[in-house]
Amino acid sequence: MIRFLFGRLALLVPTFIGVTIVAFGFIRLLPGDPVLLLAGERGLSPERYNQLMEQFGFSEPIWRQYLDYIAGVLTGDLGNSIVTKKPVFDEFMALFPATVELALCAIVIAVALGIPAGILAAVRRGSVADQAIMGTALIGYSMPIFWWGLLLIILFSGILQWTPVSGRISLMYFFPQVTGFMLIDSLLSGQKGAFQSAVSHLILPSIVLATIPLAVIARQTRSAMLEVLGEDYVRTARAKGLAPLRVVGLHALRNAMIPVLTTIGLQVGVLLAGAILTETIFSWPGIGKWMIDSIARRDYPVVQGGLLMIALIVMIVNLTVDMLYGLVNPRIRHT
Amino acid sequence: MIIRRSMKAALLGVSLALFATGAASAKNLVYCSEGSPEGFDSALYTAGTTFDASSKPVFNRLVEFKRGTTEVLPGLAESWSVSEDGLEYTFNLRKGVKFHTTSFFTPTRDFNADDVIFSFERQRDPNHPWHAYTAGASWEYFNGMSMPDLIKEIVKVDDHTVKFVLNRPEAPMIANLAMDFASILSAEYADKLAADGKMDMMNQEPVGTGPFSFVGYQKDAVIRYQAFADYWGGKQPIDNLIFAITPDASVRLQKLKAGECHVMPYPAPADIADIKADSNLNLMEQEGLNVGYLAYNTQMAPFDNPKVRKALNMAINKQAILDAVFQGAGQAAKNPIPPTMWSYNDQIVDDPYDPDAAKKMLDEAGVSGLKMKVWAMPVQRPYNPNARRMAELIQADFAKVGVEVEIVSYEWGEYLKRSTEKDRDGAILLGWTGDNGDPDNFLAVLLGCDGVGGANRAQWCHQPFDDLIQKAKTISDKAERTKLYEEAQVVFKEQAPWATIAHSVVFMPMSAKVSGYVMDPLGGHWFDGVDITE
Repeated sequence: MIRFLFGRLALLVPTFIGVTIVAFGFIRLLPGDPVLLLAGERGLSPERYNQLMEQFGFSEPIWRQYLDYIAGVLTGDLGNSIVTKKPVFDEFMALFPATVELALCAIVIAVALGIPAGILAAVRRGSVADQAIMGTALIGYSMPIFWWGLLLIILFSGILQWTPVSGRISLMYFFPQVTGFMLIDSLLSGQKGAFQSAVSHLILPSIVLATIPLAVIARQTRSAMLEVLGEDYVRTARAKGLAPLRVVGLHALRNAMIPVLTTIGLQVGVLLAGAILTETIFSWPGIGKWMIDSIARRDYPVVQGGLLMIALIVMIVNLTVDMLYGLVNPRIRHT
Repeated sequence: MIIRRSMKAALLGVSLALFATGAASAKNLVYCSEGSPEGFDSALYTAGTTFDASSKPVFNRLVEFKRGTTEVLPGLAESWSVSEDGLEYTFNLRKGVKFHTTSFFTPTRDFNADDVIFSFERQRDPNHPWHAYTAGASWEYFNGMSMPDLIKEIVKVDDHTVKFVLNRPEAPMIANLAMDFASILSAEYADKLAADGKMDMMNQEPVGTGPFSFVGYQKDAVIRYQAFADYWGGKQPIDNLIFAITPDASVRLQKLKAGECHVMPYPAPADIADIKADSNLNLMEQEGLNVGYLAYNTQMAPFDNPKVRKALNMAINKQAILDAVFQGAGQAAKNPIPPTMWSYNDQIVDDPYDPDAAKKMLDEAGVSGLKMKVWAMPVQRPYNPNARRMAELIQADFAKVGVEVEIVSYEWGEYLKRSTEKDRDGAILLGWTGDNGDPDNFLAVLLGCDGVGGANRAQWCHQPFDDLIQKAKTISDKAERTKLYEEAQVVFKEQAPWATIAHSVVFMPMSAKVSGYVMDPLGGHWFDGVDITE
């Protein structure tokens, strides 16, 4: 186990270097630069343009800029945003809890509904329930998030007035951010009704963000279950006269969980991508929207720093998922 | 880090307590703003969204725009005088003006000349300790308005008198000082931050003399302000001002309808009819101080011939563009400045839409089988909500007079850069929104000889025109300046370096409970004087 862990950690090093190159190169491959956008319609004289490029350090040779960036990363300094002038790391940390909170809620919804739905569809293969679940999953998977989010807002917030339109908590409540997680902070604040308000603000965005992962998890669970249910040992278990629930729940599910777990791990990337749109619609102050705005403004330090942080988190989550395999299925024990 | 965080939490706790005082009866106005401020030191930035959240609620300037107009009124300066030669501007400062007392700063003195000197010198003097206090501070507006060349020195005459000495006469100087970058900060607060080694807080926790004091900002989510009880202009009718940052226009409208906010900017054009029909909402509208244009490259044949430009202008069906692109929320432009701006020459008759006459004029000019490019901006702007569509309409119009158009576009930064190049091919769609309501801000910036290779996208340097606007810059008498600008518009019309297309209308939906809101022709959003009935 320890050896496996070290092996995987060693692999992270070249991956990390690769990510720094991609993060650094990607934004610079796009045409335009931050100084031009800063000037807008007014335009800049060539002298002023050169002066600003120099001030921001963009007139240095590209390899030099990369080395400066790496030197910064190694000392924990991701640089300052060109737009807000604030440290990239601070901005990331201020926004990241909001994205995590939303993503966690979404993944909980996706797993809690997706796995049972997938099992049901597999066990009742070919039935109306199976077709309804798979049909709904297909629709969910193909749903344009932007449209879906607005539709839910108009229905539940506009017409029915069951949920608030957007934001993280009612503006009535105002308390210091301790953890950055609104559910926790609202409890810590001790203000009456704050927690309920935070929950009600989470419902719609979580559903919207959960839609695609839910569909993927349900489909993956169904196909993994179908495969396992056809195995000899399941037939044996049934022949032994075990209760059907026990066969499915204990013998089949545990084996079917491995590909499902991988799928769930891979949804982290999907969630972060989906967060961009979900955060925009629901005015959710997270890193998705922050990154998109920064790309549009060619805010090099934010894009390269933000991408790096996100890649790092995806790598860590995937490593954790790999570790979990052994726990779920004893046949895979890392020695 | 932990200590810093808990200190911050404690400070915030104090401000929360202040904010919550009388919460039961407090009047809160919620504004669904369209984006996040880049920071709170307005001189560092150029975006209207940032100014709405910083300079407008929190700060004052020496002079202020009268709400709803571009007329300049006394602000922190009670009065001013200009020397005969137009080189010295002396300001008499208002006495007894208080800076905000907040959870992070308690002022010990009133506003005085030191604050004025500090606010400008930090932008002007590269050796000033505050010139580079935050990474990448470039003072873009100060530089963009040519202040470094213009200002020779700023002198403190006494505690309540400040003199600006200029290198050349500049009539728009007063209007410039009403702009956001000219906001007056507290020098005492700056000294305290410098002593505490926390200079970057100047951009995060602002202290000003304005109608609202800053309470707190949660990034990309909420900004909170409190009415300043000791405001020199009197306390505001509302108690708390809250910005709920809501980037999507449809969601802003849903929030407005649900009562989660009271005022919203920039509605989606498709929603206007819906808003008008809602009895709980009011829809204010105003002509924006802007112009959308098509600029020919007047240095390249055949566009170096005014007759060709004029003929092409006559081939454009502006009404069709207003209907299709502006959906009626605009008016055809005949001059390079909008009708709400002083010195607008209404005597000028626009070129008629007449494809036959246009074709004939092109033939007379010896132009046949002309192929040209029309550049379409990749972004939406108030002066041009859909440049691609506009370009397509122009393409069809020009085809009728035998001119073949190829539409091109580039990424926005690239577009802005390439369009300044003197050997640029074809005509470009672009526009302008005024900074300070002075005609010089349109005519000199966009059409003056100095702007060739820069903001003058027509690359048009026409001496008779340039003489007029340069002369107008040096005269302080408004009536005389008006005459010169009116004349300049006549020359512009004859020479036709642009096809002037449209001035757009800006809409502002708000709850019917809101009263006293006045729309700003310069596009800003102000909340002083605004009230709400619960």
